[in-house]
Amino acid sequence: MKVVLRNPRREVELAGNRRVKDVLRELDILPETVLVIRDDELVTADQLVTDADTIELRPVMSGGAQ
Amino acid sequence: MKCRKCGGTAVLELRRHNAAFCADDFQEFFRNQVREAIRRHRMFTIDEPVLVAVSGGKDSLALWDVLIDEGYRTTGLYLDLGIFDYSVESRGKCEAFAAARGVPLMIKRVEEEVGAPVPVIKQVTRRPPCSGCGLSKRYLMNRAALEAGMPVVATGHNLDDEAATLFGSVMHWQMDSLPRQSPALASTHPKLVRRVKPLYRLSERETAAFAFLRRIDYIVDECPFAKGATSIAHKEILNRMEDASPGAKHNFLFGFLEKARPAFERAEAVVLNECVRCGQVTTGTLCAFCKLADQVKRSV
Repeated sequence: MKVVLRNPRREVELAGNRRVKDVLRELDILPETVLVIRDDELVTADQLVTDADTIELRPVMSGGAQ
Repeated sequence: MKCRKCGGTAVLELRRHNAAFCADDFQEFFRNQVREAIRRHRMFTIDEPVLVAVSGGKDSLALWDVLIDEGYRTTGLYLDLGIFDYSVESRGKCEAFAAARGVPLMIKRVEEEVGAPVPVIKQVTRRPPCSGCGLSKRYLMNRAALEAGMPVVATGHNLDDEAATLFGSVMHWQMDSLPRQSPALASTHPKLVRRVKPLYRLSERETAAFAFLRRIDYIVDECPFAKGATSIAHKEILNRMEDASPGAKHNFLFGFLEKARPAFERAEAVVLNECVRCGQVTTGTLCAFCKLADQVKRSV
């Protein structure tokens, strides 16, 4: 599967099917810090992602001047 | 995972609420949280015009979107910080949103108001860029609201922003900041408008999900100056705690607001004056914004 990451934008390839939560764990990303998007839809951590899928892990954190 | 309300397929899990929602029910949950914030803190009424400070990011545009749909009379305020392509893109997002929704947008350029854009202010002051940027934003938001005759400014600060600010204040025991940390700051001077944060009950991930589901075109990339900012480091720490113990951020912030803040509030006694130069409110004689503008003038 292809995993698209942002800030900076980059892509990671992972082999095999797995659940979203396992993808996040493998990439050391906390579930609270991203939206997981597949085919322009949000998916939850228990969803299975297949080898043929592309998912985007869109960061939700913003910061700086308050 | 099933939606707690309708049993349909969930699109978002909210561990701190031990719940998951489908797209429609999540949006209703989100709007209810905003309604509750406005009601609980009497932020504004349906008859009052509201100035919504927008940055082009997910939080402020999601807030504006909700307030428009709730029937509030809103005007957007975009402060152009002059941060290279980031400002060009974020301004474009705000203009496109305002045009699509048919709502007015005011634009103020920091370069015109202070004498230089944020990247130059950073060099001149030799302080973290967020310092001069935050100071300028607070000043210009208040002044713009006063000039436009609007009694209240709403900002898109979310639960994560507020928890991170509180964390920073507690780490340094900033006794002047703690009493001011509130979802709604009343006008304590005729030249200070009310400042409210209707998203304070919603996490950063929830505002991002709402903006995504509403198909709001927001700027996803971070401000180039936010990298390494203390507030980001604090958010990362809090997110680790949240992962280990869902609800940690909520409990930290809401516990403070309900139990601890009143004690700090009583300790605060600040005399407010009008700046001898610009007439805006300050605790001294010359306000921090005018001092910053002076410093920029001397160096540019």
